[in-house]
Amino acid sequence: MKYVTTFIALLLVYLLLAGFVWSEVILGSIVSVVLTMILVKRLNFKIDAKFPIKLLKFLFVYIPVFVWKLILANIDVARRVLSPKIPLNPGIVKVKTELKGDLGKLTLANSITLTPGTLSIDVEDDYIFVHAIDVKGKTEVENQANISGPFEKILGGIFE
Amino acid sequence: MEWLNYVVFSLMGLGILFTVIRFVLGPKLSDRVVSLDTFNMIVIGVIAILALVFESSLYLDIAIVYAVLAFLETVVFARYLEGKDNGNS
Amino acid sequence: MEIASYVFLIIGGLFFLLGGLGVLRMPDTFNRIQAGTKATTLGAFSTMIGVGFAAAASGNWDWISKVIIIIIFIVISNPVGSSAIAKATYNSKNIPDNLVQDDLKSRGESK
Repeated sequence: MKYVTTFIALLLVYLLLAGFVWSEVILGSIVSVVLTMILVKRLNFKIDAKFPIKLLKFLFVYIPVFVWKLILANIDVARRVLSPKIPLNPGIVKVKTELKGDLGKLTLANSITLTPGTLSIDVEDDYIFVHAIDVKGKTEVENQANISGPFEKILGGIFE
Repeated sequence: MEWLNYVVFSLMGLGILFTVIRFVLGPKLSDRVVSLDTFNMIVIGVIAILALVFESSLYLDIAIVYAVLAFLETVVFARYLEGKDNGNS
Repeated sequence: MEIASYVFLIIGGLFFLLGGLGVLRMPDTFNRIQAGTKATTLGAFSTMIGVGFAAAASGNWDWISKVIIIIIFIVISNPVGSSAIAKATYNSKNIPDNLVQDDLKSRGESK
């Protein structure tokens, strides 16, 4: 199962780069088989029957929210850049995450970086250190609700 | 509609100009790395629009390779910066 | 189709300009990283969508796969790169003195 998934992913990337021609499909299959044999021992992921549902959730629930937050973040940046009189209140806060697994943490950290006013600096065990332009909450729980709340809920259903 | 290309190019050129000013001014080394990162991203956009102007999809391949190299460059500079003590100059 | 592509291209150019301006005008390093990363990510996203629309309008359907690959790569790699710069900036003791709260400091002591 793992072999097949790795092979399909590699072949898909190859065909996206090279264009869909029959000779490219044959060459791409050969290259993908060789790369699969080399890579599969070092890859560490699990795949199960729920994968298509998770993929659909990722595409149709996570990505629209992500793009919307990205646009909001840019409007926020534009406001701050064009009128520097807005008071700054920066700080580095610690946010706890429930997600296990590296891929989930990577996605959460990227999402935090691209949401309004926050920048993830470092990940350690279950904590993400976040630089926020404007620290609003007083306690850790309030900060967590402000910064990672909406993404944590969505990603929790996708990455366990 | 061709003249709109010049508008887009001039917007991006102004962005590049600002990042270069920050690169020259930047009080600390980390400011220079930040401006270099932003500069690379804008150059990727410029290459993608050059692909439209010259109607050749080879430029998109160049943009892909440039994106990979820009990411590597950022990470390597960050590693270098981490070894420095006080980030001066 | 062509009009949509130019709308996306001009939005992308505006956000690239905003990124450059943000890097120039923000007061300290972390704020510069934030402004630069967000604005250029949306700028590259929008520019690539504009290029994709223009390619579809002129019938070059094979450009779209490359455009998708560039978008995926930029959206993944740009935040990771900025996070690496931020961590290196913090570790090189180049911390702005206007922070109201600093949780990373206590981490260094407990280790």
